[in-house]
This record gives sequence, structure tokens and C-alpha cells, in this order.
Amino acid sequence: MNPRLRWRKFVSNFMLTMTGLCAVVAVSVLFFILGYLVYYGGTSINWNFFTKLPAPVGETGGGMANAIVGSAKLLALATLFGVPIGFLGAIYLAEFSGSKVAFVVRYAADLLNGAPSIVIGMFAFTIAVHPFKHFSTLAGGFALGIMMIPITLRSTEQFLLAVPRNLREGAMALGASKWKTIATVIVPAAYRGILTAILLAFARVAGETAPLLFTALGNRYWSRGFNEPTASLPVMIYNYGLSPYEDWHRQAWAAGLVLLALILVINIVARAILSRGVSVPRA
Amino acid sequence: MKRFAGILLAGVVFAGVVLAANALTITGAGASFPYPMYSKWFDEYHKKDTNIEINYQSIGSGGGIKQVTEGTVDFGASDGPMNDDQLKAFQDKHGFAILHFPTVLGAVVPTYNIPGVTTDLNFTPEALSGIFLGKITKWNDPAIAGANKGVNLPGNDIVVVHRSDGSGTSYIWTDYLSKISDEWKSKVGKGASVNWPVGLGGKGNEGVAGLVKQTANAVGYVELIYAIQNKMPYGTVKNSSGAFIKADLAGVTAAAAGAAKNMPDDFRVSITDAPGKAAYPISSFTWLLIPAKFSDGAKRDALKGFVKWMLADGQNYAESLSYAKLPKEVVAKEVKALDGIQ
Amino acid sequence: MSTASTTLPSAGPVVGSRSFLRRLREGDEIVRLITFLFAASVVLITLLLVFELWQGSVLARHKFGFAFFATRVWDPNAGEFGALPFIFGTVVTSAVSLLIAVPLGIGAAIFLAELAPARVSDTLEFFIDLLAAVPSVIYGLLGFLFVVPLMRDFIQPRLKDSLGFLPFFKGPAYGIGFLTAGIVLAIMVIPYIISVSREVLLSVPRDQREAALALGSTRWESTWKVVVPFARTGIMGSIFLALARALGETMAVTMVIGNTPSISASLFSPGYSIAAVIANEFTEATGDLYPQALIELGLVLFLLTFILNGLARILILATSQRGSGMGNA
Repeated sequence: MNPRLRWRKFVSNFMLTMTGLCAVVAVSVLFFILGYLVYYGGTSINWNFFTKLPAPVGETGGGMANAIVGSAKLLALATLFGVPIGFLGAIYLAEFSGSKVAFVVRYAADLLNGAPSIVIGMFAFTIAVHPFKHFSTLAGGFALGIMMIPITLRSTEQFLLAVPRNLREGAMALGASKWKTIATVIVPAAYRGILTAILLAFARVAGETAPLLFTALGNRYWSRGFNEPTASLPVMIYNYGLSPYEDWHRQAWAAGLVLLALILVINIVARAILSRGVSVPRA
Repeated sequence: MKRFAGILLAGVVFAGVVLAANALTITGAGASFPYPMYSKWFDEYHKKDTNIEINYQSIGSGGGIKQVTEGTVDFGASDGPMNDDQLKAFQDKHGFAILHFPTVLGAVVPTYNIPGVTTDLNFTPEALSGIFLGKITKWNDPAIAGANKGVNLPGNDIVVVHRSDGSGTSYIWTDYLSKISDEWKSKVGKGASVNWPVGLGGKGNEGVAGLVKQTANAVGYVELIYAIQNKMPYGTVKNSSGAFIKADLAGVTAAAAGAAKNMPDDFRVSITDAPGKAAYPISSFTWLLIPAKFSDGAKRDALKGFVKWMLADGQNYAESLSYAKLPKEVVAKEVKALDGIQ
Repeated sequence: MSTASTTLPSAGPVVGSRSFLRRLREGDEIVRLITFLFAASVVLITLLLVFELWQGSVLARHKFGFAFFATRVWDPNAGEFGALPFIFGTVVTSAVSLLIAVPLGIGAAIFLAELAPARVSDTLEFFIDLLAAVPSVIYGLLGFLFVVPLMRDFIQPRLKDSLGFLPFFKGPAYGIGFLTAGIVLAIMVIPYIISVSREVLLSVPRDQREAALALGSTRWESTWKVVVPFARTGIMGSIFLALARALGETMAVTMVIGNTPSISASLFSPGYSIAAVIANEFTEATGDLYPQALIELGLVLFLLTFILNGLARILILATSQRGSGMGNA
């Protein structure tokens, strides 16, 4: 073997090992984050955290019960607002529309998807807070819902389009009207992918903080109904993390762990659902 | 799966709607300077009358002024009184005035984190203005060392920390610096948000305290209780009579003595660099900003009830949190002024 | 409306349009209308967003014009608003993040696409996708409480000792600043580079590789000199995607960048980004001009991310079409 070949082989092995290292580094970051949160947050997750309201500044013993419920309400509102629009809009794109309209709607969805979350927050403030003269859970749900629309829309459309033609044609041959075909044949055939899309959109907005700063604001108490400002996990993490109080730091870690665990579980479940079904094009 | 989702949804709706009982929620936002005091007060008041919840968000005095002017919160809070332009903006927007109600007296202290320095540092006005102007860059600079003989000051670079948000605490600090330094007055001026010559920005008093606590060689300005609660050292400041005063209840009360006698009707007054041998020079009132008219009678009465309580029983909680009580003359004047809220 | 499934359609073409009345009767027209309304609402919301951004910044745009982008001063007290410090901070932190994330990301993508067996590759990709799902505020929390002390006490002093002669590493080591923000951003955008690059690399036709190997190249040479260049545009697309994400990041950046509108050659200096200043100052921007200046900043950010996302999409599409177009040589 001549020296030049030996060198090239060495370079090849070296560089390929380096790429392996890059992959290892990238993946290990995830485990590092998880481990760090488990270590610092795990010890602070106690009964108080889940059941108590925040204590006055500087006092210990408070919890994030209202933030947990607040986040749940915000996400429920976001789903109620964003998913129907995304889902039904996708049905229109996949089943009814012409290519020009479809292009415009997809373009708009992409614009919305690319908008930074802080810009969505400003927008939601202008539309849902300013005219009504108060911060509210509704406004926060609106902001988060907007962010769910594009993901739901594009993914649902792709999964609907991927349903094999023979299923549609079979239904048509039996005389089913279009909407019946959609409702009883096409959507059920694509339901795995659609559910995955909704879950992923949900997980995406579960951690969003910036839009909530200008819409849901915050609350030291329980937020009643949907018209009052509400505490939420991400905003509490932000406020407590930057503070000088050790007790608040520990609560921030605990909240971070709870939030991250929720998001990761949803992601894993979503992908498991998808992989069990027919393989379909990735979003 | 569907059934589970349905139950979950119903549960959340239940939590949201059905719990909307008789309670009255009032939302306020603003200064972080008095936040420890207010959070304690609102908590105690809620214990007294469980139907009333006063939700206060510490977003900075600038935020308080803006949101109460916009009408998105029921009351605001600020340690820098609203200036004439801001008062006019409110009047123009709503057709009625907004009133200032002093709540407590507090002190803004220079807190620092210098490795190896455990004693209280003495700060002259020249040292403070020089540091924040960026002209004094090392801890062992003669301007600082001169007042601290015997202290082993390192030659490290000073890390200045200021507020990144619109802050009444910044207003108090820059108001003081403008009074004692002509260079500061012309170059930077006083305000809730100024063009800081140097330094890192922290959000809220909490953020500044957090940064100083974490960063070696840092110096920042925070309300007294934040330094105490976090066991952070804070220095003395030389007052107009030449005495080095460490911020405490006596020093703050002394600073307010003159203003108490001559309080203007709108309660807007600055007591920084106050005369008097015992006065702490960076003291200030802090105010609740309450609109003069409420369309919701229940909210108005609840808020007036709180202010009455605050002026009486509430004052007794102040000293344990290192805020000074309001002078008697001011309290009497405020009780009368409450009638102005309709 | 009747359910038409009980009777077979009478003579008449099944393919081709049914009459309007027929469609109405079968309920399709209503469903079409309903779904159209929902699809239209997406467009409506987007138009409203763009409109609000444009209209909400009108005062600022007229007052400052294009000088807005060149002015360094941001002084709310004096009513002077300049976007330069924020644009600078946004650009610098994004550039630093790409400098770190691109080599790491492409390297990892090469490993996943070329070397790793399919199951290992899929498993690792699964974890990378999970990394992309971690919320920004958690990166910010870790950034502020872990990365900042690490930078301040270990990394920055060492950088200063070894590379302190460069203008990038001058000044006191706060731990907070452009460099730290760039590092946190790098971690956040790596998953995007990896997953997209991996896909475009996988879509490169096998015969490209095989031809190179047949000509005697090593594994690395065939990868680096044939496969990667083939997928070049797609990889560029992934970088644009990552950049668009980095530009819009708010929480993680505002917790570690220092929130000071300063322009400095040193990466150790604290700074500000567009998203961070909006997050900090929007709720307190009094008067008319101040909030509008912030909205104008939001408009700028929106346009930037929009352009980048569009470019990214075109590039990625171009590569996958090229890959499938070439087919079998």
C-alpha cells in the first residue's frame, strides 16, 4: 500500500470518526438537559408544588398549582381554536380546492408558521387584549392557537393526500357523496397522521412563553373563568429563574422538569402512533 | 381515546367556569420596588376578606404606568411619579384624572458582589456617578478606595448592572445621580428608561439582584429588601450633610420628614438627596396609581377598602420588610384624598 | 339532504361534475363552503397580522424612514429610536450559533446518513427530534443558571488567555453576552440542520456513491467530494431554516444576552436582540412613538424570517427534485 493511500485511508477513518463524535455530542445534549432537570428539579417536586398557590415574595412554601391549571386551560383553548381551523382548512385544500386557492392558503400558513412567537404575541395583544381592556386566558389561548394552525393544516393536508386513490374510488363507486367519503373513509384512513400532527402542534405550543407575556400576563391566584389573566408554567419558569431567590430557583427547575416531561411524552407518543400506521411522507 | 379527551376537556371547562363564584378579582401591575410589600399586603388582605383577590404583577413601573393608561389593568404602581405628559395622556384618553397614593417609603441601595470584600463599602456621590458613567472602571480606583481605608479592594473590572425594563427604581436612582452629578444630568438624565452608558440589564429588581448575586465584581442598585432577603452586602451612601448612612428605617424616615410637612396635593414629590444629618439620600415614596373614576362599583369599593386598610393596619407590616411607614401627616391627607375616587 | 348511498347513480357519467343541485342535495356544497371558510380564515389571520404590523408601525416608519436601520441610539426618554444595536445583536448571535451548529450538524448528519446502520440512524434521529421539541424557556433557564457561570468562570477566562489578542475576546468576562447567547442558540438550531441535512443526504441516489467508490475513493472522499456537493443546495436550505429559527428566538436569548443595546466587536460584550427588546419593553412602552418603534422592529424580524424560510424551502425542494430527477444513471 503506498503512503498516499495510507494517508487517505487515515483521513477517511479520522473524519468519519469525527462525524460520529458530532452525532454523539448532539444526542448527549438531550440527555444532559434531561439529567440536569431531573437532578435539580426532581428534588423540588413535592406535594406543595402541585397544590399550593405562590407565596408572598421571599417566603418559602409556595407552589405552582395555579400555573399548572392555567397552562392546561390555555392549551385547551389553543387546541379548540387552532385545530378545527387547521383540520377543516386542510380538508378543503386536499379535497375541494383548486390549485390557485390552495397555493394562497399554503403560502399564508407558511407565513404564519415562520412568524417569530414574539411577533404573534404583539399581534394577539393588539387583537385580543387592547380592544377588551384586559389581559385574559382567552387572549393567551388565541395566541397559542394561531401557532397551532399552520402545523395542523400542513400535516393534515399531507396525510389526507397520501390516502390511496383506490379507497376514494371505491367509495365513489358505491355512490357515496363527497363529504361522506371524507368523513367515513378518508379521514379515518389518515387519522394516525392527523392525530400525530395535532399532538406535535400541542407539544410545540405547550412550551411557548413569549406570546403569553402580553396576553395572559400572570396571576398569583386561581384564574376564574377565561376572562382573567392566568399564571402559566413557562412564564413562571421565566420569572422565577431570573430571580435571586433560591426557593424560586428550585421551583423553576421543578416546573421545567414537569413541562419538559409533558412535552417529551407527547412527542414520543405521537411518533409511536405514527410508526404503527402505514408509512406516510414526513411533514 | 376520544372519551378520555372529552372528559379532560369537560374537567378543564369545569375548572374554568364553575369556580367563577362570588370572588372579585382586581388586577394591578407595575413597580417591582414594592413588590415584596404588596405581595404580602394582598395576601394578608385576601385572608381578611377571601372574596377579594388583588392580582399584582411586577412588570416594572414603566409597565404599570402604560397598562393603567391603556386601561388593561385596574390600577398601576410606580416609584417614579407620572410626569405631566403622562398625566395629560391619561386624562385625554379617559376623560378623568389618575391619582397617586403613596404606600410606603423605601430605599434604593448599591449592592455589590466583590470577592474577598465582606465589610460594608462607603460610597461617595462622586464614586457612584463615576461608576455608573463608566469613568471609574476598577474597584481599587482612588475614588472608591479613598472612602474605604483599610479595605482590600481588588483591581478587578467593575461590572455595572442596571435595569433593562422601564423602572421606577431606575427613576429614583437616576433622579439622585442627576442631583449630585451635573455630568450625569446632562449626559444621561433621569427617567424610568435611560440610555445607560455602561452595564448589563436585568429585568426587575429581581433580575438585577439575581445578576449581581451571580456575577463577581458586580454592582447594581436594588430596593433594600431585595438585598436583605438575598443576604447581599450593600454599601453606605454619603448624604448632603457629609455623613455616610446605611439604608435603614430611620434614615428613610428622616429623608421623608421635610416632604411630610410640605406634601403637595397630588402627592408627587422627590425625596432623594434630602437635607438632614440622618437622612438616607436615595429614599423614595412609592405610589399606587388609581383612576379617579371606576365604572365597576364593586371594584372601586374593594380597592378603596384596601387602601384604607393599607393606610391603617397595612402599615404595621412595612417595617418587618424594611420599608418605612408613611408619615402621619401623609396618611391623614391620603384618607381625605380617597374621596376623590368615584 | 338525502344520503345518496342507497341508490346507485343512474345512467350518466360518474367521472365529471355533478350538477350543482345534485351536490347541494348530497350535502357536499355545504361542507365545501364550511371548509372553505376555515381555510379562508387562515389567510385572513395572516393578512391581519401583516396589516397590524404595517399599520402599527406607521408613525415610526414615517418619522425615521430608512435611517431607523442605521441609528445606534435607543433612548425612549428622548424619543430617539434606532434599530442598529438590535439588528447587530440578532445578526451576531445568529452568526455565532451557525458557526458552531453547522459543522457539528452537518457532521452528525453525515454520520447518520452515510455510516450508521438504519436502526441506529433512526434511533438517533428520534432523539434529535426530541431535542428540537425542548422549549425555549428551558434552554434559557439552563443557559442562565448553568451555561453563564460556566462561561464566566471557565471558558471565557481561558479564551481570553489564549486568544485575547483578537478583538472578539476582549473585555471583562461577564458570562452573559453575545458569545453565550450564540452558544445556547447553536444547541437550539442543531436539530434542524441535522434532520433536514440527513434527509437530503439520504435522498442522494446510490449510484453517485457507488460510482465514486468504484473509482477508488475512500468512504470519506466519496461522501465529502461527491454526496455532500450533490446535496449542497438542500444543506444550504437547512442552514437557512436554522438561521430563521435563531433570528426569532426570544426567551433563551433574553435570559443570557445582557439586555444592553450596545455594539461591540467583542463577543464577551452584553448586547440585545430584536426579539429580546420587544419582550422586555413592549408592555411598558408609553406614548405613541415608543410602541410603534417596537412594532417596526417586529416587522423587520418578521420580514427577515419570512425571506429566509422561503429561500430555505426553495433550496430544499430543489435538491430533492434533483435527487429524484437524476434517477438511475
